[in-house]
Amino acid sequence: MRHGSILRQCCESVRAAGRLLHRFIAINRRESTDRKIYLRKAVNPIMKSVIKGAGYILVHTPDMVLHNGTTQTTERIVNPDGEYLKELPSHLRSFEQTLSYWPNQVYIGNKTPDDLAAVPQPWCDKECDVKERFGHFGQIMPQEEFLLLMQACDVFDLVKLEQGFVDAHRAALAANPIIDESIMARIPEQQTAIDEIERLVKEEHSEGLYHQDKLVGCVNRAHDIDVNLSAHVMHENIVSKASSVLALLSGVKNAGIDKDEVEYVIDCCEEACGDMNQRGGGNFAKATAEIAGLNNATGSDARGFCAGPAHALVEAAALVESGAYKTVAVTAGGCTAKLGMNGKDHVKKGLPILEDMLGGFCVILSANDGVSPEINLEILGRHTVGTGSAPQAVIGSLVTDPLDRAGLKVTDIDKFSPEMQNPDITKPAGAGDVPLANYKMIAALAVKRGDIEKADLGNFPVKHGLTGWAPTQGHIPSGVPYIGFAREDILAGKIKRAMIIGKGSLFLGRMTNLFDGVSFVIQANSGESAESGVSEEEVKGMIAKAMKDFAATLMAQAE
Amino acid sequence: MSILAGKKVIIIGDRDGIPGMAIEECAKSAGAEVVFSSTECFV
Amino acid sequence: MDLENQKRVKEFADQYGPENVVVLLGAAEGEASGLAAETVTNGDPTYAGPLTGVSLGLTVYHVCEPEVKAEFDPAVYDEQVSMMEMVLDVDDICNEMRAIREQYCKYLG
Repeated sequence: MRHGSILRQCCESVRAAGRLLHRFIAINRRESTDRKIYLRKAVNPIMKSVIKGAGYILVHTPDMVLHNGTTQTTERIVNPDGEYLKELPSHLRSFEQTLSYWPNQVYIGNKTPDDLAAVPQPWCDKECDVKERFGHFGQIMPQEEFLLLMQACDVFDLVKLEQGFVDAHRAALAANPIIDESIMARIPEQQTAIDEIERLVKEEHSEGLYHQDKLVGCVNRAHDIDVNLSAHVMHENIVSKASSVLALLSGVKNAGIDKDEVEYVIDCCEEACGDMNQRGGGNFAKATAEIAGLNNATGSDARGFCAGPAHALVEAAALVESGAYKTVAVTAGGCTAKLGMNGKDHVKKGLPILEDMLGGFCVILSANDGVSPEINLEILGRHTVGTGSAPQAVIGSLVTDPLDRAGLKVTDIDKFSPEMQNPDITKPAGAGDVPLANYKMIAALAVKRGDIEKADLGNFPVKHGLTGWAPTQGHIPSGVPYIGFAREDILAGKIKRAMIIGKGSLFLGRMTNLFDGVSFVIQANSGESAESGVSEEEVKGMIAKAMKDFAATLMAQAE
Repeated sequence: MSILAGKKVIIIGDRDGIPGMAIEECAKSAGAEVVFSSTECFV
Repeated sequence: MDLENQKRVKEFADQYGPENVVVLLGAAEGEASGLAAETVTNGDPTYAGPLTGVSLGLTVYHVCEPEVKAEFDPAVYDEQVSMMEMVLDVDDICNEMRAIREQYCKYLG
């Protein structure tokens, strides 16, 4: 009897240990069929990073279209008396017009991509029924507030503003819910007289700041000789930084986290800051974090033309997943050079200048909370050196290759977010509907693989695609505008998986003729938070405890 | 008479259409000499 | 067309003789194809670049046009371009290109 009882207890303990082991393996096996990943996980269970929140902002800068957009600055050199420059001012939109523009309301989250898809194109002759400047993703800031924000973001005393202009608009910026006292305190009481600003622009190569076609300030050069610190470059960089600050603050607020929780910031705009000894030295990320008051954050810049944001998000996800940093912000501000980039075509066709908005975005990634959508780094698309530039090879490397590796079909991705350029801007300029072209290519590959029938080709962009709403600010449209909506759609159970695709024109830098691209998948949370997993150590501990209990029982019975 | 064989070819590709490098491969296959290849970007 | 590209087109036409040069385009739309074709034949219609007022009359085709497509190795074309035929409005592109060629090309065989 006694021996039988001991044997039963022995068997029970071994079974308990077996169950624990089985549970451990099952948990770690659930996510992947890839044996290599399974083995890696068995040693060290990995928690995917999650998308905690996102911020999206626009800034209406009509005067910068005239004075800083490269299409216009080039025209002023090669064709100063031409019709275009004469016609252009009458095609600029008012702030109110930009508020009632459908794609802008989608960008800040007051309307959804589905709402937009239901509105017949073109959109520039239609008024959106929502005309709010604030949305749940961010805001549309008017130029006058932004010029003050630029001064707040300047730590080298380069941005000079006219006293009366600041006095007239200080209260408006202070009333902006995202702007706190620490930022307002950076705008000095004592400003500059207009005579002095005029002199700086005329004699010191300062870059003029205009509002309603009137000189109201300037950005001074930061060095007399170094072209990398010229007034033009400083203007471009301070604009990028200020719009990034606005996006970063919106992202942190929307993520519902404390500023001190952000440990790392990655800036992924397309500008470069540095001096003649290190032209792209950096670092926008840390400079932006400083103004935003993220005291616990360090950071760095990641670049890759329009693919920069997708690269930066993969890097951020890897930093979080590895445990290097718990919370990482990926942020980017807007680009003055691209303002009015396709303006000649818009003016020629009697359209408004639609490229009058600076764009900015921020995505906050953090350790797995068991709820928010995850970034799955096991399904990464990569355009490699050997991929080539044939469109089918590019899309194959970014879409079907990673899905093949994960054993998924094209239709397993509910929504693809490639480059979300607003077709209202690109179609009149001869670049076509860029998102739609991407969907057609993905659909063509899906037919080739047998994932969809040829008859479903036409319906694919409707079912798995989105209608573009992002301003043509280079890196801004590249996949990331959907992340805010993807988070909400996944949390609401509307979709399970979304693929974000970034593509970049590396050849524009004249360092290579190569193209570039990267993609990743956002998926519903698997329900395991960083706290709820079972590690190898825990399993060992549980088995040891079971054995110890068993030994103790044996001892007690022996006594 | 052929259009491309033995000719000097200049390529102006488009990032959102056919990129320069892809056209380059085609032109070479037709016996043309590619003297310049570029890709434009409107976005 | 990009100003640097216009400059290069002009230089190569001078260097090799316009009759020996062929321009191949990859534009995404008919209208954009037509504008680029006009630039290298009749001159820059936007009056911005080095080809403003310069009528080179170069032979110009879009890579998807049947005339040049017939001369490519079909396997190469299939690998590099063919899928884009499903994406682009090839008929519109061909119509625009043909109109410009008939009007401005000086060296058609």
